[in-house]
Amino acid sequence: MSHDHRATGDFGRAVRGIMFKLLPFVMTCREFEGFILDYLDDRLSTKARWLFRLHLLFCRDCRAYLAAYRRSVRLNQAVFSDPGAPLPEEVPGGLVKAVLAARSVDADDPDVD
Amino acid sequence: MVPLTRGSGAAQTAQPPPSRPGLAEADLVEGLKTSDDRAAEQFVRDYGPAALRVARRFLESEDDAEDAAQEGLIQAIRAIGSFRGDSALGTWVHRIVVNAALKRVGAIERDPTSSLEGMMPVFDRNDCRIEPLHTLVPPVDVLLERRETRAFVRQSIQSLPQGYRVPILLRDIEGYSTREAAEAIGLSEGALKVRLHRARAALKKALEPLFKGGHL
Ligand SMILES: [Zn+2]
Repeated sequence: MSHDHRATGDFGRAVRGIMFKLLPFVMTCREFEGFILDYLDDRLSTKARWLFRLHLLFCRDCRAYLAAYRRSVRLNQAVFSDPGAPLPEEVPGGLVKAVLAARSVDADDPDVD
Repeated sequence: MVPLTRGSGAAQTAQPPPSRPGLAEADLVEGLKTSDDRAAEQFVRDYGPAALRVARRFLESEDDAEDAAQEGLIQAIRAIGSFRGDSALGTWVHRIVVNAALKRVGAIERDPTSSLEGMMPVFDRNDCRIEPLHTLVPPVDVLLERRETRAFVRQSIQSLPQGYRVPILLRDIEGYSTREAAEAIGLSEGALKVRLHRARAALKKALEPLFKGGHL
C-alpha cells in the first residue's frame, strides 16, 4: 500500500468542495457517481453529458475513478468472453447419453425469450 | 462516444468451433426437427462445451453446471420447432442455457447492499471523491497476458454476492441489454442498473491490486 497515492491532496479536495458549492452547474462527485452507468451506455442527454464531462475536467479523483472502473469492466469482459479461450474438446461422457435419452420425453416449454 | 459496454459482451453465443466437421447449421436444425439421432448427438457435441462454459459462470458447483447445461440442451432440442433462424443457433441456445442456469441460481437476493461494505467509492463530507491514484498502470492487454490476472478476475467475480454477480454476468458478459437482464431475474430496470453499477464498483475495488503496478 506504500505506493498508493491519493489523486488529490486534502487541500485540493477542500478547494474543489467549495467550488462545487459556489458553481451550481458543476456536479459533485457523488452526483457524478450516479451518472456513470448511463454515461458509459451513451444514454445521457446532451446537457447531462456535458455536465458530466465538465466535472471530469475539474476532478482528478473522478478521472482516476472512471478510468479504473472502465478498465475493470474491460478486464472482466476480456477474461470471460475471450473467444480464444479453449473450450473443452469433449463434453462429459454422460451428457450426450443423458440428452439423447431425455429429449423425447414430453416436458414443459423451455424459457425462451 | 462509443459505448463501452452496451451489447459488447462477446460471449452471447454458444458457437461450435468452425472447423468441426458434420452437418451445417441448417441441416442440423432440420435433423433435430425430425428427431434424427445423429443430429441430436452432433448438437450436443457441438454446443455442449459452450453450454457448460456458460453454466459454469453462474454456478460454482460443477455438478450444478453440468445439470444446467444438460437441461438447457434438452430444452433447446425439444423447442427446436420454435427456432426461426432470426439469430444464429448458438445465440438461441445460449439464452436457453442461461435461463436454465438462472433457475438453479435461485431467486435473486433482495437487499444484499450490506455485503459490499468497504467496496464502495468513498466521499468526504463535501461529497468529494477520495480515490487512490495508480501510476504506471499496465494496459489491459499486458495484464491479460498474465495467467494470474485471469485467475484473479474470475475469483473476484465469484466472490461477489449472488445478487450482484448475476447482474454483472448478464449485462457485461452474456450480452444482455438492461431490460433483458432485468426481466431475466425479475428486477425493475432501475434496480438492475443500481445492482450493476454497485457490482462494477465492487469489482473495480477488488481488482485494484492489479492496477498497482500490475503484480499481485
Ligand atoms: Zn469528482
